[in-house]
Amino acid sequence: MSPGTFVQLTGPNGSGKTSLLRILCGLLPPAEGEINWEGANIRSLGEEYVAQVTYLGHRHGIKDELTGVENLRISNAVNGVSVSKERAHEVLGQVGLAGRESLPARLLSEGQRRRVGLARLLVCNTKLWLLDEVLTSLDKGAVSLVRSLIENHLDGGGIAIVATHQELELSGGRTKRLELTT
Amino acid sequence: MLRWIVWRDLMLAWRRRADMLSTVFFFVLVVSLFPLGIGPETQLLRTIAPGVVWVAALLASMLSLGRLFANDYQDGTLEQLLLTPQPLFLVVLGKTLAHWIVAELPLVLIAPLVGVQFDLRSETLWILFVSLLVGTPVLSLIGSVGAALTLGLRGGGVLISLLVLPLYIPALIFGAGAVEASVMGTSPSAHLSLLGAFAIVSLLFSPWATAAALRISLE
Repeated sequence: MSPGTFVQLTGPNGSGKTSLLRILCGLLPPAEGEINWEGANIRSLGEEYVAQVTYLGHRHGIKDELTGVENLRISNAVNGVSVSKERAHEVLGQVGLAGRESLPARLLSEGQRRRVGLARLLVCNTKLWLLDEVLTSLDKGAVSLVRSLIENHLDGGGIAIVATHQELELSGGRTKRLELTT
Repeated sequence: MLRWIVWRDLMLAWRRRADMLSTVFFFVLVVSLFPLGIGPETQLLRTIAPGVVWVAALLASMLSLGRLFANDYQDGTLEQLLLTPQPLFLVVLGKTLAHWIVAELPLVLIAPLVGVQFDLRSETLWILFVSLLVGTPVLSLIGSVGAALTLGLRGGGVLISLLVLPLYIPALIFGAGAVEASVMGTSPSAHLSLLGAFAIVSLLFSPWATAAALRISLE
């Protein structure tokens, strides 16, 4: 896969979209074959590879007790990216959570929590995005936000692999489809 | 980064203070039931005090171990922690340290106070405090291995106890032994040294074991 590639994983429930993404980010070892990143096996690269990857799972990775700002700052800080309070407010505003940055995440709706997760994509500077069912429970505005985020990412030489049931058509016909079957 | 993980877990614990308090109340209640049940026989109370306080501390730590990784596992943040560009044992060490501060340190601090009910002398109360201070990190460290192994299993709480309590036995023997030596008027230093050695060994090995167990549990 070369820089600027976008792959949409489709397929019926249980066809292995999530498993594939988890294998790609190194959470699951592949049953056979190997995953290489810039010519080296990701198992041997270890942390060096992980630093290049952002994985958003179908579980949000959002702490209910923390506010949007705290969630964003802490999830980035443990990844070695420091985000100032002002920047966190700004980014959460960009994903449509202006005025709700300081509410504990448990008070947010499902879609709003997804948006907190998406805010991570705006501040991370990783090359490979692995997004699992990111469009679930998002409204039209948020879906187009995700589309523009991915387009910007690809323009910057990034790679995105997205598992979704909804159509995600990027401008310029850059979408490759990989259909998994059971 | 280690400090961010500790800070995160401390903040989460603060937002769910009830969990933390339940562990402390459990400890205080269990320890207090013995003097109430036995009555004012000071000689007997002094003899059983070391064992009672230490066993109560072990059981109280069982209460909080189930939560060490389970909450993060359920909301997906544990996956994210596994995917951070740093060695996993550091993440584990940070979470274990936070667990010790939240779940064990309050017990250490309150133990001399509940020890008064057993008619212990002030030197003995001091040794009780020191033995718990040295010994409770062992509970968090070894407990984290059990918590990681039973992650996502049904009835994990009981399984943790079965896995971890036998491994606590050396800490119990040396910890309670130190206090007992002080009750008898002999020097507790030998017991404390052995307890310290056990703490260092568990600090060296358990973060790696926990990290390996977490990887298996999350596959």
